[in-house]
Amino acid sequence: MNKKVFLGALTVAGLAAGASAAATIDDVKARGSLKCGSNEGLAGFAAPDANGVWQGFDVSLCRAIAAAVLGDAQAVEFVPLTSQTRFTALAAGEVDVLIRNSTWTFSRDTDLKLDFVGVNYYDGQGFMVRNDIGVSSAKELDGTTVCIQTGTTTELNLADFFRVNNISYEPVPVATNAEGQQQYLAGACDVYTTDISGLAATRATFENAGEHVILPEVVSKEPLGPAVRHGDSEWGDIVRWTLNALIAAEEYGVTSANVMELAAGPTTNPEINRLLGTEGELGAMIGLDKDWAVRAIAAVGNYGEVFERNIGEATPIGLARGLNAQWTEGGLLYAPPFR
Amino acid sequence: MAEATDPPRETFRLSQLLYDARYRSMTIQVVAAILIMLLLVELVDNTVTNLAALGKDIRFGFLWSTAGYDINQQLIPFTSQDTHARAALVGILNTLVVAALGCILATIIGVLAGVLRLSSNWIVAKIMTFYVEAMRNTPLLIWILIVFAVMTEATPQPREFREGGSASMILWDSVAISNRGVYIPRPIWAEGSGFVVAVFVLSVIGIFVLRHIARKRQQDTGQILPVFRLSLALFFVPTLLAYFLMGRPVTLETPELGGFNFAGGLQIRNSFIALWLALSLYTSAFIAEIVRSGILAISKGQTEAAFALGIQPNRTMQLIILPQALRVIIPPLISQYLNLTKNSSLAIAVGYMDVRSTLGGITINQTGRELEGMLLLGIFYLITSLIISAVMNLYNSSVKLKER
Repeated sequence: MNKKVFLGALTVAGLAAGASAAATIDDVKARGSLKCGSNEGLAGFAAPDANGVWQGFDVSLCRAIAAAVLGDAQAVEFVPLTSQTRFTALAAGEVDVLIRNSTWTFSRDTDLKLDFVGVNYYDGQGFMVRNDIGVSSAKELDGTTVCIQTGTTTELNLADFFRVNNISYEPVPVATNAEGQQQYLAGACDVYTTDISGLAATRATFENAGEHVILPEVVSKEPLGPAVRHGDSEWGDIVRWTLNALIAAEEYGVTSANVMELAAGPTTNPEINRLLGTEGELGAMIGLDKDWAVRAIAAVGNYGEVFERNIGEATPIGLARGLNAQWTEGGLLYAPPFR
Repeated sequence: MAEATDPPRETFRLSQLLYDARYRSMTIQVVAAILIMLLLVELVDNTVTNLAALGKDIRFGFLWSTAGYDINQQLIPFTSQDTHARAALVGILNTLVVAALGCILATIIGVLAGVLRLSSNWIVAKIMTFYVEAMRNTPLLIWILIVFAVMTEATPQPREFREGGSASMILWDSVAISNRGVYIPRPIWAEGSGFVVAVFVLSVIGIFVLRHIARKRQQDTGQILPVFRLSLALFFVPTLLAYFLMGRPVTLETPELGGFNFAGGLQIRNSFIALWLALSLYTSAFIAEIVRSGILAISKGQTEAAFALGIQPNRTMQLIILPQALRVIIPPLISQYLNLTKNSSLAIAVGYMDVRSTLGGITINQTGRELEGMLLLGIFYLITSLIISAVMNLYNSSVKLKER
């Protein structure tokens, strides 16, 4: 009897998962909240603050999407996922969108049946060591013990980097950033490797951040971006264009402070008018109303505001814009035209 | 002429399937079997349909593609250029090694704790009661994390072993306990060491033969051989003789601090130690209770009868109590071994690269083949458990009550 009930439950679960494979937008609206797969705790990107409210760079994008779709930036349910469980959770329908420092790669985009809809942070893999270890280049790391989060692209890059440079290392696999941090601080590994943004964020939480140095080598390209399930292009479009709206808003000088004023009536810039819905019917084309982008920008600010507030140079994490500057400023951010 | 009347012939009616107690149970079973099978078919069909809806198929080709990741503890050579199948094999061996060593240590600790809990010494008995209850009533994962935290936080870093550092190696500078693991000397097998090993193996076989002869002799003539002392001599003397005769072919390579880490010697990683100790301690508490129940199951009259015949206490235990207690102990012990083996999949908590971490973790994550990976993982644990059961059942049938 128990067995039958169990199998029945499995079947129902399977059917439910099958039903939710399409039309994520309807599920989100019916539920009244967005399920956002996020990091289980990476300062500046996604971590709960002292009041238990999730804050961070990736978190802001989740809130922007919720604001655009549901009209409420707080209607987000954050689901902390480890690097190992994140893609399975997304594919199984446990989250609507995955914004968790995930690198856009060919096989993830195709074979894993995910769709990466854009890049919200251009990153690269680096190494962090203690100052007193006396190393100035990653090529001097022969014989070191390296802490690494399993199930990541960094794991593969690491193997490639040490093999190509013909130096040896001992990997110490860790499941989460917190575990890696604890192992590294205890000296159980000489080196901690992950995306440079992650290293900076992790170092910012150290008691003596000055005793640790991030080595100059950047050993890989790590375009981090939001991912959705393959096969639901309507939902993918919403996530993609919410991100683009934040990027375009910075380019056109739309901020959380002036967005209401600009949206009150048509301005002289037709791009701004189309973005903010005072001209054209762009919102309806992705199944939303015309104020979708206004709500997103009003909720979290434009891309530059999100960056400066969470991980910018004024924050403890102190990341420079670098590759993540607008294309007009020599960076890679380039939102396609809103037309 | 006597007329034999046939008993009224029973005709089978369909309603009997439901109302006749003789057939009813069979009806219920058939219906239940059909329902279960239908559900299974539905489940498989549902899985395949949903996978197809996601655009995924079920293929095992990923096993032969390049793994691309490194594994720290490898019993067979492995590089990042090897296949996922080989990575799985490395993981399988790591699982088996921790399970095997765990079963051995758990049995030793468990038997000790179980016997000591029956001790007439009040303090010893209470300490063991506390140990058993503390271990049995807390989750295994907590013990794994506790041992791991102690190993990484309370032990010195390798650089502390440098000149002027606060830590030093123990046992004549041959063993280093650091927060990256315990480094022990590694034997180097030079020419002629094969002979020494062969002598050692032969003397171990000799010990078993000796025990057999001793038992037979005791049963036939009642004379008792000094088995323990003879075994001890057999264990050491021939091997040492061969070792010196061959010109000391086996040398030890001690770990030395070089660069960032210890080089040379054998590294026993913290993740392994944490998993091994925690699994052993946890399972030993259950084994202790099994052993205690086994001993208590033997009537006190047996001991008293043996004493009345003038048999010494240790021989009473060895010849009378234990052989009978084993009949009670072995069957539940099998399931403890199975538990320990399956519990070793908690390795991921401390980053021990068992098969759950390689095939069921990194490989699945890098290839996106969750269903296939988990299926293979399930089959592996199933086969391993069945083999352990089979071997232990063989042993059980050799000690169980012989009914003639």
